Amino acid sequence: MGALTPILTRSWDRADSFTLDAYTDRGGYRALRTALGMDPDAIVTAVKDSGLRGRGGAGFPTGMKWGFIPQGDTKPHYLVVNADESEPGTCKDVPLMMADPHLLIEGSIITAYAIRSHVAFIYVRGEVLHVVRRLQQAVAEAYEAGYLGANILDSGFDLELVVHCGAGAYICGEETALLDSLEGYRGQPRLKPPFPAIAGLYGGPTVINNVESIASVPSIIENGADWFAGMGTEKSKGFGIFSLSGHVTRPGQYEAPLGITLRELLDMAGDVRAGHELKFWTPGGSSTPLLTSEHLDVPLDFESVSAAGSLLGTRALQIFDETTCVIRAVLRWSEFYAHESCGKCTPCREGTYWYKLMLARLEKGNGTEEDLDTLLDLSDNIMGRSFCALGDGATAPVTSSIQHFRDEYIQHFTSGGCPFDPAASTLWAG
Amino acid sequence: MAFEPDVAERLERDAKEIIARYPRPRSALLPLLHLVQAEEGHVSKDGVDFCATQLGITPAQVEGVVTFYTMYKQRPVGEYHVGVCINTLCAVMGGDQIWAELSEYLGGDQSEPTPDGKVSIERIECNAACDYAPVMTVNWEFFDNMTPEKARRLVDDLRAGKTVAPTRGADSVCGWRQASRILAGFPDGRANEGVQAGPESLCGLRLADERGWTAPEAGR
Repeated sequence: MGALTPILTRSWDRADSFTLDAYTDRGGYRALRTALGMDPDAIVTAVKDSGLRGRGGAGFPTGMKWGFIPQGDTKPHYLVVNADESEPGTCKDVPLMMADPHLLIEGSIITAYAIRSHVAFIYVRGEVLHVVRRLQQAVAEAYEAGYLGANILDSGFDLELVVHCGAGAYICGEETALLDSLEGYRGQPRLKPPFPAIAGLYGGPTVINNVESIASVPSIIENGADWFAGMGTEKSKGFGIFSLSGHVTRPGQYEAPLGITLRELLDMAGDVRAGHELKFWTPGGSSTPLLTSEHLDVPLDFESVSAAGSLLGTRALQIFDETTCVIRAVLRWSEFYAHESCGKCTPCREGTYWYKLMLARLEKGNGTEEDLDTLLDLSDNIMGRSFCALGDGATAPVTSSIQHFRDEYIQHFTSGGCPFDPAASTLWAG
Repeated sequence: MAFEPDVAERLERDAKEIIARYPRPRSALLPLLHLVQAEEGHVSKDGVDFCATQLGITPAQVEGVVTFYTMYKQRPVGEYHVGVCINTLCAVMGGDQIWAELSEYLGGDQSEPTPDGKVSIERIECNAACDYAPVMTVNWEFFDNMTPEKARRLVDDLRAGKTVAPTRGADSVCGWRQASRILAGFPDGRANEGVQAGPESLCGLRLADERGWTAPEAGR
């Protein structure tokens, strides 16, 4: 086994990788045939045994989630694929769907069969037009070939799969907001419990999984749970796509077993851009607390990153070098959360608004150390008191930047302005 | 004023097709709004009324949804709607400078299209292409690794009616209305155009191949 393990990304270098022909050429839809010959419960067990945990950020065990779906009930079950990839820094599902939509479709069919669902949706964000085209075509091809529709491959199993486009709202990546959106409403989160497995889409038992989670399923069926569990760490098994972006020589997608470190990944990506050094990074998107060069050797698995005070999230490794003003970065993320707050709950709606105003002032150097205490107090009133994870996520850059870069905040106040030159951070500054 | 009868009849046919995809009609609201946006370029009062009628809900219920989602435009945008990502990573990598220079270059009120109706610009949030930062979009097609110069040339070409190809997308960008129609669920048959993946997407795979790194063989 190599340091990188191309599985989901294996076919991306073939020019026609997104077509049905290319997919079946390399054994695509073979796992589906195997799965349709299995008892649905055995598929759930296999995914449980593999140790696959949700790849959308939260890391909930996928097989366990499927196991929560009541069986033998009379309500229709639904599968909803969360393809609303919008967490700042996260850029793995979009290239996956552009290059290999059939992998997602095959995973969706197997999952729907396992949870006994006959209607499934891919909820894809609307701002990725060519991905939408590729998904639409792949679904049409799959119907044509008998992988979707009535009596799939003569198994007696029926499945309708609908590609549904969102319309621009980060909050719809939150699973219950996504359901409201898919039902034709404003995308606002629902109170849990009841969880979607009991009362989800149209009140029916519903599984919502991230694209990468679903795309991992065919390989588990094909190669076995032990094969999957043989990669990664004890509690964070398997592989995942690590997305490097920002001040790194070769930004891009690197698929590796969970537990790889940023030091190893940076080595593969040609390190931080020449002549510069790492200042701060996010392990899994803007909602995961910032880490620094002290954390280069933290294994990127759920447990180790949590122990280091952050979260593995979506493995969206945004790299910032010493030219970057941390307050500017945090202000911009705070503006994002304020813009995307759905407005349903007060801590998030009002808290992100005050973040935005305060940080704009602090970036200009118009602040005092007392303001940092106010920011932390405000964060205490958002974290854990918001309706959904958006509010919690908004606190991550604020509190972690004060933890690691308090001196830089104070430097802004004492010098009466921002000491950084934004031009030095750009792609063309080199 | 409602749609002209021939337009309404055509849209009703499309609407029926959209509604039929879903177990419950109201789920069709988002695609229906993309559909009326495809017809008029934005979601007008007529568009709202049309959606309300198709679904048997009130215009106020439709408005409540329109105002929640940023992709629905309540005023006309350009034939080519240009996005500049200004979320942190793209902003730091140069998106802020691109936005500043581009909005100055185009002049006028940034909330309005250029006087020729060709181009409008918008600050967009993270579009899931961070390894290609700074990122721009035209009618939701990707323009990767942008610079202020490339951004100016892009809008010049769009305004001059030249063929403009996204970095990862169809061979040429389609118009705003056509893009909205695809989002409503009516494909344009161009999925085979363009690359399957950009170079950044292939970084890890190429390195693994160079070094002979593979996934383990299945044990059974």
